Amino acid sequence: MADAAFIGLSILTVGSALFALESREIIYGAIALAISMLGIAGFFILLDSHFVAMFQIAVYVGAVAVLVIFIVMLVRTEELFSTTDDHGRKVAGVIFSLLMMIGIGIILFSSEFTKVEFNPVLDKIVNKIGNEMLTYYAPVFILLALTLAGSIIGALSLARREDDKENNYDTNDENSNSDKINTEQDSNSSYRENQGFQDTEKFDLKKKSVFAKTSQKASRVIKLGRSKTK
Amino acid sequence: MTELINYLTVSLILVGIGVYGLIVKRNAIRMIFAIEIIANAANLNLIAFSRYLGDIQGQVFALFAIAIAAAEVAVGLAIVVIAYRLYKEIDVEEYRSMRG
Repeated sequence: MADAAFIGLSILTVGSALFALESREIIYGAIALAISMLGIAGFFILLDSHFVAMFQIAVYVGAVAVLVIFIVMLVRTEELFSTTDDHGRKVAGVIFSLLMMIGIGIILFSSEFTKVEFNPVLDKIVNKIGNEMLTYYAPVFILLALTLAGSIIGALSLARREDDKENNYDTNDENSNSDKINTEQDSNSSYRENQGFQDTEKFDLKKKSVFAKTSQKASRVIKLGRSKTK
Repeated sequence: MTELINYLTVSLILVGIGVYGLIVKRNAIRMIFAIEIIANAANLNLIAFSRYLGDIQGQVFALFAIAIAAAEVAVGLAIVVIAYRLYKEIDVEEYRSMRG
């Protein structure tokens, strides 16, 4: 029973991990990665670590997979560049990873690990985990919380738009219509000339025109990709 | 029977797949996928050894590792978004402004 479940889970996990790397559309790859994480959670259940399995499902399948799918939809550029891999590099990657697997496998199978059986199941695992986390590992727990908060703040501040703090005199130029930006530039330039900010105004104009151009280009590319897929 | 060595073998295969993806793929998001696969293989190893030793420490470590991996994915994807905004590409061969 456990044997069949183990074989099925290992086929599911390894197969979907391969599919995550080799699928043509990256969005299917993201879904396959989530399925592979589910397979890992199944292994955890087979190993009687139900709490870690639930944590794995909540974090990986719930949060990370959704985040990855969101980013993939945001950065959808599969049409923009050819995804054909370098043939020589592919061969080199296969050879290198096979060599690594064979090497570590020889070491593993010649060791004592082939003979051992598992110890009997522990009881009250969740109680013990809670005890360990809040007594011996309490400093690590606090550091982990700080690391998570810091990384989330860092990610937010990294992904923030750079041109928000300079354009705070008008807040409606978010919608990147090129002619709207032009009219706004005119009104802003009269305002700026009264204030006497000639140089910064020129700089702002240049930046805004570059921004409008790139947004136009991006919308054209998106249209092109849509028409191609149709 | 399902013994320790079977779990170690699955973990080894996953690490091999992850290293293959890191070497071959040029898409930044796929490289993040490969890193995730390697991190999960490490977690599987931790849990398998925890079960084999009958010790709870491995599970605590796996919990910490899962949380750190989630933070790492958030920061990595933010970096991909910025790089995409700067270069209009997610091909890592094109990110060459720091190359000498």
